Amino acid sequence: MSSPANAAAMPRVAVVGMYAFLIVSALFFLAPFLVILINSVKPMADIRSGNLLTLPSEITFEPWRIAWSSACTGLDCSGIKPGLWNSILITVPAVVISVLTGALNGYALAQWRSRFADWLMLFILIGLFVPYQAMLYPTVKILSGMGIFRSYTGIIFVHVVYGLPYTTLLFRNFYVGVPDEISRAARMEGASFLRTFWSVILPISTNIIVVVAILQFTGIWNDYLLGLIFAGNDNLPMTVQLTNIVNNSRGAAEPNVNMAAALLAAIPTLIVYFVSGRYFVRGIATGAVKG
Amino acid sequence: MARWFQRQMFRPTFTVVAFFAVIAIFFYGSIGWTFLMSLTKSSLMPRYDFVGFEKYADLMDNKRWIVSCINMVVFGALFIVGSLILGSILAIFIDRGIRFEGVFRTIFLYPLAISLIVTGLGWRWLLDPTLGIQAMVRDMGWENFAFDWITEPDRAIYTLVIASVWRSAGLVMIIVLAGLRSVDGDLWKAIRMEKIPQWRAYVQVIFPGMRPVFASCIVLLMSEVIRGYDLIVAMTNGGPGISTEMPAKFAVDFFFSRMNLSLASAASILMLLLSLLMLAPYLYSEFRRRD
Amino acid sequence: MYNISLNKIRKTYGDLTILHSVEMEITEGEFVVILGSSGCGKSTLLNIVAGLDTCDSGQILIGDKDVTDLEPSDRDLSMVFQSYALFPSMTVRRNLSFGMEVARVPKAEREAKVAKVAQLLQIDALLDRKPSQLSGGQRQRVAIGRALVRSTGVCLFDEPLSNLDAKLRTETRVELKKLHNDLGFTMLYVTHDQVEAMTMADRVAVMNKGRVEQFAPPQEIYEKPANLFVASFVGSPEINQIAGHLSGNGSLDIGKTHIDLSGYAFENGTRPAQDAILAVRCEDIKIVPPAAGHITAQLDFVELLGADALAWVLYHGKRLSVRMGVDQARALESEVGLQFDLTKASVFCTKDGHRL
Repeated sequence: MSSPANAAAMPRVAVVGMYAFLIVSALFFLAPFLVILINSVKPMADIRSGNLLTLPSEITFEPWRIAWSSACTGLDCSGIKPGLWNSILITVPAVVISVLTGALNGYALAQWRSRFADWLMLFILIGLFVPYQAMLYPTVKILSGMGIFRSYTGIIFVHVVYGLPYTTLLFRNFYVGVPDEISRAARMEGASFLRTFWSVILPISTNIIVVVAILQFTGIWNDYLLGLIFAGNDNLPMTVQLTNIVNNSRGAAEPNVNMAAALLAAIPTLIVYFVSGRYFVRGIATGAVKG
Repeated sequence: MARWFQRQMFRPTFTVVAFFAVIAIFFYGSIGWTFLMSLTKSSLMPRYDFVGFEKYADLMDNKRWIVSCINMVVFGALFIVGSLILGSILAIFIDRGIRFEGVFRTIFLYPLAISLIVTGLGWRWLLDPTLGIQAMVRDMGWENFAFDWITEPDRAIYTLVIASVWRSAGLVMIIVLAGLRSVDGDLWKAIRMEKIPQWRAYVQVIFPGMRPVFASCIVLLMSEVIRGYDLIVAMTNGGPGISTEMPAKFAVDFFFSRMNLSLASAASILMLLLSLLMLAPYLYSEFRRRD
Repeated sequence: MYNISLNKIRKTYGDLTILHSVEMEITEGEFVVILGSSGCGKSTLLNIVAGLDTCDSGQILIGDKDVTDLEPSDRDLSMVFQSYALFPSMTVRRNLSFGMEVARVPKAEREAKVAKVAQLLQIDALLDRKPSQLSGGQRQRVAIGRALVRSTGVCLFDEPLSNLDAKLRTETRVELKKLHNDLGFTMLYVTHDQVEAMTMADRVAVMNKGRVEQFAPPQEIYEKPANLFVASFVGSPEINQIAGHLSGNGSLDIGKTHIDLSGYAFENGTRPAQDAILAVRCEDIKIVPPAAGHITAQLDFVELLGADALAWVLYHGKRLSVRMGVDQARALESEVGLQFDLTKASVFCTKDGHRL
């Protein structure tokens, strides 16, 4: 390791200071999560009598139950459960399609030899940083024209298309590092472009597939704006339902229910994060640096 | 012709063309359309009676837009500097071979897996004067303690900074850490031989050599600033008053609830221009490095 | 059936000309090595023959069939790559049979062919492994197997030995040559390694800057290089070059000294007066006691190579290498006489390097 750890030993004071800083930082990072967690299992009485940072007198899962199945969003009082189901139904296909199209396009771009290749890259890179606002309204119009605005198909379509520059770039950067001779060898064997992609290239892309899938999963699951505009009332994702629940019961609200709902919305991506830690980190690092 | 087609089966051409078409239509076509609308007087529905740059002039007279822009600059500067400093310090410490490195890393990074909606809600509750930190400190006996920034028009913007730094410092940390880990080990040996103090080594030797790493961090954070929407909606919804409005929210509001298409389009185009302006030096150096 | 003709193959990238009208006739069953340093266009040429790259103009015939516009898989040829390019996710068996699978060859036939080739190359035991579980030499065999399994009669090699260590390279070289003798395939083999070219080729095409400088059997390339480039590119150490002026009476004048070239057979028997370079290989120079009439040189230093030795001597400020026995090298005096074997030497025109 190039780490300076084996360099001159730090003075004792510095070591203590360093750990103190790290621990305080850790508390800062953990605080919101812990607060939400503690209060989501607190009876309402505790919250009224104390504050968010007092420990519960008893642990109750009632807020979770309410948040899950009977909290109200406007007139509808079926909790956040439908939102979870909608989010799953949206996220899973969108991620699968994103990964496949991203991989195919990325491979095509990596293979494409042309003097326009650099310009296309610029074209994509800019696409990566375009604020959605500059595209949203025309996209609404285009999807309306296609008859899929505010529909299940529509929201998946938007997620896939808006994610295209990102997924494509990630895959392209991976495939540029795959020796070209492998593709050439497949071509010698008579395999067409699509066949090569499917039989030879895709099976060796597991790592990057996992990385992109995780990034897209967190991205799409956590999306709010696109879901709000494109999903339609029957397919609202969990993030939108969550804000509806919270804002519906503003004021004399039941914070414990809100917090349980927030946790429910956060749990899937947190699970992905904890299960796939290494890939998640690698994904962020590669995605960020190359993007 | 048939032979040409047959040969293309072995080439990426068709895929590249299809991909290019989708990006061209949904990204650049939409941007063009938005730009056209910004030159009209469209309100509820697009109407194509062009009035030139009148709407841009209107924006400059619009108090809410001006406040949004000022907010974005203040927020952006504090958020980027804060994330860079905190993230870099954490990266340095983690790079020193601390104990429980994995635990600390996990804690600093998990906010990235959580949606901005949940982040915003969490911090809203934590900073709520009647529920959160202020209430806790008062319950502990300091009756006059005040930490009610989120309800103060002058201060509310800083609460957004806190929440954003909380979410993005981990990102900076992981990117800087990757940079630190790729520093040549001999460089550290040389630094030790020359008896250069560690902090100077970082400030004057190591970090200057990692300029591209910081550049990509800054580009990434900037694009978050310009796009920032979810967090504001969840945390302050622009309030109190319009004290935490920002351009991204301005555009969405005027597109979808205030139904002033032309003004929203003009705002979006300005956001896009700003993004490109920020991106230009980065893209320039990227492409020059490649040549 | 499997002869290859290359007709005026031209290739440019922008302003850069990679291949200048390359012509080559390869007869069936011949082992041809294309030899050149990196950037000379040899790999491009091979890729054009394979169909992986296109040429700007020219024509490629394989077995008298014009394949210039055909896909690689329609050209009746197979190829072994430098990095082997095995399909990483597939077992050795599937690597061998994938091409036939794409071509929808019936399963039984595929298996029979794979078994046959696996036996021939002694890779039967590896069939169910993944490429990552193989050593470099084994991968090499599988790559050759994949090329042979479709047994088309033409096989292309793109520096296939360059990723092997020295010992394995020697072994594989011998094996490839044996394989060629047994199967009688037409083989086109690209390398920068002259030992491979000398040992394996029936004929060698020496390439330089997009041109074939000489296309001849290896021994002829070595002994009668067509020009100065070939002479200096082939052979190690580099051929000795002595620059001078060729006078009408058949001697090379270097300053005030002369080398008598009456023993040298000039091309076409003519010897116009001009600046010329005499090129002699180190084993074609004999050290003799310095005496009047002989060429004299100063001993610089001696390298002992084990089997023999190289003496480096200074002649008119140029360092020449002379190969000799170890014992003789140990006994050398500081002043030596040189005797050139002119029957094996070459004389080149200084201006354009062609053989005189």
